[in-house]
Amino acid sequence: MNFEQWNGFVDGEWRHIIDVRDFIQRNYTPYHGDDAFLKGATERTKNLTKKFYDLCEEEKKAGGVLDIDTEHVSSLCSYAPGYLDKENELIVGVQTDAPLKRGVHPFGGIRMAREACKAYGYELSQKVEDYFKYRTTHNDGVFRIYTDEMRAARHCALLTGLPDAYGRGRIIGDYRRVALYGIDALIEKKKEDKRTLGLENATAESMNLLEELHKQIEFLGLLKEMGKMYGFDISRPAQNAKEAIQWTYFGYLAANKEQNGAAMSFGRTSTFFDIYIERDIKAGILTEEEAQELIDDLVLKLRMCRHLRTPEYNELFGGDPMWITESVGGMGEDNRTLVTKTSFRMLNTLRTLGPAPEPNLTVLWSYRLPEGFKKFCAKLSIETDAIQYENDDLMRNDYGDDYAIACCVSAMKIGKQMQFFGARTNLAKLLLLTLNGGVDNVFGTKVGPQMDVMNDEVLDYNKVMERFRVYLAWLCRLYVNTMNSIHFMHDKYAYERTQLSLHNTDVERLMAFGVAGLSVIADSLSAIKYAKVSPIIDEETGLIVDFKTEGDFPKFGNDDDRVDLIAQNLIRDTITELRKTPTYRNAKHTLSVLTITSNVVYGKKTGATPDGRKKGEPFAPGANPMHNREVNGALASLNSVAKLSYCDARDGISNTFSIVPEALGNSMDDRVENLVSILNGYFLNNAHHINVNVLNRETLLKAYEHPEDYPNLTIRVSGYAVNFCKLSKEQQKEVIMRTFHEAV
Amino acid sequence: MVTGRIHSFQSLGTADGPGVRAVVFMQGCPLRCACCHNPDTWDFNRGTEVTPDEIFRKIKRLKSYFGEEGGVTVSGGEPLMQPEFIKELFTLCKTDGITTAIDTSGCVLNDKIKEVLNLTDTVLLDYKYVTDELYKTKVGTEKSKVDEFLSYLNSRNIDTWLRQVIIKDLNNNENSVKVLKELKQKYPCIKKTELLPFKKLCIEKYEKLGIPFPLAETPETSKKEIEELEKYL
Repeated sequence: MNFEQWNGFVDGEWRHIIDVRDFIQRNYTPYHGDDAFLKGATERTKNLTKKFYDLCEEEKKAGGVLDIDTEHVSSLCSYAPGYLDKENELIVGVQTDAPLKRGVHPFGGIRMAREACKAYGYELSQKVEDYFKYRTTHNDGVFRIYTDEMRAARHCALLTGLPDAYGRGRIIGDYRRVALYGIDALIEKKKEDKRTLGLENATAESMNLLEELHKQIEFLGLLKEMGKMYGFDISRPAQNAKEAIQWTYFGYLAANKEQNGAAMSFGRTSTFFDIYIERDIKAGILTEEEAQELIDDLVLKLRMCRHLRTPEYNELFGGDPMWITESVGGMGEDNRTLVTKTSFRMLNTLRTLGPAPEPNLTVLWSYRLPEGFKKFCAKLSIETDAIQYENDDLMRNDYGDDYAIACCVSAMKIGKQMQFFGARTNLAKLLLLTLNGGVDNVFGTKVGPQMDVMNDEVLDYNKVMERFRVYLAWLCRLYVNTMNSIHFMHDKYAYERTQLSLHNTDVERLMAFGVAGLSVIADSLSAIKYAKVSPIIDEETGLIVDFKTEGDFPKFGNDDDRVDLIAQNLIRDTITELRKTPTYRNAKHTLSVLTITSNVVYGKKTGATPDGRKKGEPFAPGANPMHNREVNGALASLNSVAKLSYCDARDGISNTFSIVPEALGNSMDDRVENLVSILNGYFLNNAHHINVNVLNRETLLKAYEHPEDYPNLTIRVSGYAVNFCKLSKEQQKEVIMRTFHEAV
Repeated sequence: MVTGRIHSFQSLGTADGPGVRAVVFMQGCPLRCACCHNPDTWDFNRGTEVTPDEIFRKIKRLKSYFGEEGGVTVSGGEPLMQPEFIKELFTLCKTDGITTAIDTSGCVLNDKIKEVLNLTDTVLLDYKYVTDELYKTKVGTEKSKVDEFLSYLNSRNIDTWLRQVIIKDLNNNENSVKVLKELKQKYPCIKKTELLPFKKLCIEKYEKLGIPFPLAETPETSKKEIEELEKYL
């Protein structure tokens, strides 16, 4: 391939095959300096930002949704072009014909679309309703094949948050390909793949892939068409920084128009963009101020993304997050840092546009990152509470140096791997199910192997564990089969044509399972092992409904191996059991310890546990220790989480950390230095992820009472950030209850 | 084997010495300072008995966080009342390349303590007041003892941070702070002088222990007052 738009780029493999990583490696300029070169927001940017925030205000007044287009089924070319401010925007494109106006995506499930419209006072048009009378949705498909047991496990929330009624998400198209190669070259490559595949025997598998390739090619054509509607010819490669950002964004926008996936992440673009920005700056056609403006405009577009969800969904996740995760930084396999000036520019948007939860800025941390960059990140964390950190040294081993994070903590090689998102199972509930011999004590559901209730006077650890393993094995098999059903049907009825067209044809698949309630079950088992736990039986149902726990026991979060190893082994046992059941399309089994904000809802649906947690009380989020059980301070708490092995939980281990500013040191300089030391130490101990919040509980209490005074208070909750005021009061209370590490 | 009595172990301290530090609070103190914020560490009979090795293993687990500057600080209580324990603990730390600090009132000095100081990288010396009278009435010891301690640190060239809690009507004045400045000129071992605001967060602890808090009526010192006084340092 040869294009005039590639003038000035260093030659390599990337010219002959689709290989964005190779292009980056040969052309990028690592940056080792500090943040002094950065420029602030220009007047243009400030005006545009104001326009955006005014719209957000209107959206809030309208009850959370500004407008819905109920007439069309959302797709790449269903709407006329829309603008925030056509004259002044540098990067253009919105999901429908107007900013913040939401489209409907019935392919995941028509009921969800209908209910969401209704909840905000709209009605899905007859046209759309009629069309879907004769179409099967993903949701229809799944429920056609769900077994009674799957339904029961789902009903009592043992398996929960399953993507069976909307787009599964967690797939990152390599949107950079649009900019580097242009659509025509991508279509050509896919056609070639299809021709080659056609020479093979026609098996169910190959025919399925042939049809998928057909769909991919069709949607690449639509993507080109969508570009044209906005006045751009994206059939060819981008020729400057502005076009590179615009083309890439079009790829992402198209994915969003087609799919309402739960997490629609952006990828790892800053260093890719940096190559174009550097070329333009050298050529004298771009200034630093203008470079920042381009990134600002892109980020503003990302902040404008919206999907139509039901109020229940928003309640579960705290507002309507999109998980537009952008991964920044990291080290290359050749030991050069992947930090460039545009890594700084991307993070700088927290200042130029103000703090916000989206995009979900994720720093890939290595202790070898340049000091200037580390300090800049730490400073921004202290200022904004909007950044999460993940261990690049750990992930690079498995995913190379061109991976990105989807959603919160899910790593995947960009354009080469995709994920089958699998939500999570509630381990604390599984323990209660074990003790009650296969009856859920909140819903009364009979599910799993049926045994006697373990009504021993005092619970025996070995006996409990022996039985727990039986239930775990049963659950894991059911979980894999449930996931297989979901993803089979998603591929069949809601295949991501745009996103998969921006992947290699021979994409590797990961099937991401998850667990919730880890610290609850670990502490509960610790209580059974080290204290005296007596079950309390409800006379009417004969089920265990509470526990009397006497004596002290080691609690997760204190760097105490006695309980930390229980947690570690639970993860290992779970993934080992999951691997015993084959997956749909030979996906690789992975596991996460992540709850998103649903730790509150999971707690609500779970009975009292032996650790002393009352019925209905929230779980700690992700892999966090239970609130305020840490008695040895912040680092001991971090160490407990760091012991959970990433090898067993390759889909990520989420930890949310809140510390008061004073506990980090007296002056800003001290705080920055100390936060850098803490991050270095945590990740050197092989921890995977951390959300950093530096704030006082009092601030949250004030925002709880007077949300109007804190419209932009951003905090990290669990693998993503939220606007505090968009959380439900219940979630706000839970966040306030969490451990805040204080000065000693 | 030697054991020590500790009040608690805190894995993250950033206010007691350079960088990120683990802080061991020792149990027991011979003084009864009016401004003490840890009255629960006074009684030598309370706390938990531990071996130096037990505590060292906890500290070692935190080594990756310490970076170039951080390490362990032993505070209290008066840590130097248990010199044998600290000597063993610090020996273990030093062998492992972990830097050590002691937070002390400097009211006792003997051969055993000198051995501990030999193993100490930084001493946080709580230089409470600049007059002997205040030392006698508000601390219950003589100022000369603390001066002798400081003079010893200087002779051994041990990095010292001088610290003073600023309390209204006792030492919140220019002249008092100027004396600290003079000390710094006199003793080159003093690398830093910190003025700390008096706070009353400890009032609950006093109530719980049923001990009257002598400074219950004294207002907390503001950040601004501290900044004003820092000008004289």
